[in-house]
Amino acid sequence: MKILVPVKRVIDYNVKPRVKADGSGVDLANVKMSMNPFCEIAVEEAIRLKEAGKAEEIIAVSIGPAKAQETLRTALAMGADRAILVETDQDVEPLAVAKILKAIAEEEDPGIVMLGKQAIDDDSNQTGQMLAALMGRPQGTFASKVQIDGDSVSVTREVDGGLETVKLDLPAVITTDLRLNEPRYASLPNIMKAKKKPLDTKTPDDYGVDVSPRLAMSNVSEPPVRQAGEMVEDVDALVAKLKALGVA
Amino acid sequence: MTALVIAEHNGGEIAEATLSTVTAAAQLGGDVHVLVAGGDDAGAAAGAAAQIAGVAKVLRAVDAAYAHQLPENVAPLIVSLADSYDAILAPATTTGKNVMPRVAALLDVMQVSDIIAIESPTTFKRPIYAGNAIATVESSDSKRVITVRTTAFEKAEATGGSASVDEVSGPTGDGNSEFVKLDAVESDRPELTGAGIIVSGGRALKDGETFEQYITPLADKLGAAIGASRAAVDAGYVPNDYQVGQTGKIVAPEVYIAIGISGAIQHLAGMKDSKTIVAINKDPDAPIFQVADIGLVADLFNAVPELTEKL
Repeated sequence: MKILVPVKRVIDYNVKPRVKADGSGVDLANVKMSMNPFCEIAVEEAIRLKEAGKAEEIIAVSIGPAKAQETLRTALAMGADRAILVETDQDVEPLAVAKILKAIAEEEDPGIVMLGKQAIDDDSNQTGQMLAALMGRPQGTFASKVQIDGDSVSVTREVDGGLETVKLDLPAVITTDLRLNEPRYASLPNIMKAKKKPLDTKTPDDYGVDVSPRLAMSNVSEPPVRQAGEMVEDVDALVAKLKALGVA
Repeated sequence: MTALVIAEHNGGEIAEATLSTVTAAAQLGGDVHVLVAGGDDAGAAAGAAAQIAGVAKVLRAVDAAYAHQLPENVAPLIVSLADSYDAILAPATTTGKNVMPRVAALLDVMQVSDIIAIESPTTFKRPIYAGNAIATVESSDSKRVITVRTTAFEKAEATGGSASVDEVSGPTGDGNSEFVKLDAVESDRPELTGAGIIVSGGRALKDGETFEQYITPLADKLGAAIGASRAAVDAGYVPNDYQVGQTGKIVAPEVYIAIGISGAIQHLAGMKDSKTIVAINKDPDAPIFQVADIGLVADLFNAVPELTEKL
């Protein structure tokens, strides 16, 4: 079985994003970029399935600018076997990403497509579900446990009231939640080896997908700033404040 | 202009998240219909949905295939009803997030996720970058598929409406997925996303026992729900559905009390719309104090028991 792992290059999660003064977006010039944290978890899970003998090959895919190559090299250094970069300078929305991934899945015929549950830049949480819909396959979203059993997979999902388990026929689409695993660091020798692993470069046109946006972003602004608060000296003062608020 | 709200329910009751979604749907300016899809027990929920103020019609779809809201089964049903609607909305809960993008892709439209305001029937505001920026987006699609951040919209009145209930049926999916079980977290406390007061603990609590020992009595005293930072959850102090943040639950209670929480971006994304934020932390430079309305620099192991006693 092959596993397809889409990964996204995003602003590093430790960086506080700055909104551009003209409201056109978030300033990404000279900002540290990394692999989306949920995608790292997806790569790690794919590698663990391969290590457990459940998968033979891991293909990492990224859709974005030429620099997304770095993200793919990271996935290769962690343990992916080869990579596909679908290069475009446009911001590609989840629906178009899902269409490109569907075309790649038709070529590669993976048993599992393993994605992160959401990207920390657009916070959409859509791509995996959309891909599953377009492929006509079942989905296991927000996975905290994945267990392959013959031609089906059990996925434990993090839902609002607790944990839900579903059983899906393969092939299936799975999106990872934070507690699925702890992603490994790529070692220096593996980073060197990753430079020699195959990386194909394609364009959205190769897959016949129109990536023009359906949602026009007219303005990006700072969130409302909270009023500066007040520090209290001791617990008594805090109790008085809370009582004034009507608490207790 | 008619909007369809996908109800979240447990068979008997309609989840409060649905009430907020009805309010958002009404702001689009047309009739609001509610779809209650479920197993044999969905009748009571449909009855409850018909009572919600502002709802013109309830569609009830009963089939064993809809019992656990499996997206593979429910999405085709919603798509089969979509012709009559200009907008389809669901709360941005784990259920809504699971089903709606599947609906959107089948309709070949882009979903607008987690909206916090409606500017016009096609223009919405939504947070991006963990709430560090607010984007205004306009949809050019033929239909709008929307998930609603429930804390950003008032709840519609649960009673006072008198909608008609129509039976509907539709496709039930390919049967390639199966519900196995739900391990629900049992709790007598108010539900986190609906609570008026939340007491939340972070990594500084040291372990599960200490978390319980310091946070629980205070929460009991205040009748509050208990939340936690990602650090506290990852360290195993509490189950993960306690997590407040970008990757956990988004809350906006009247009072949010953050104890031993530094205030990382990812946590703030989940609670900075709380009406009043109280922070207790021994580090005066902790970022939480930049958003707190009331701050106390103190060792929580002294301050929290004292606070609990004096309240």
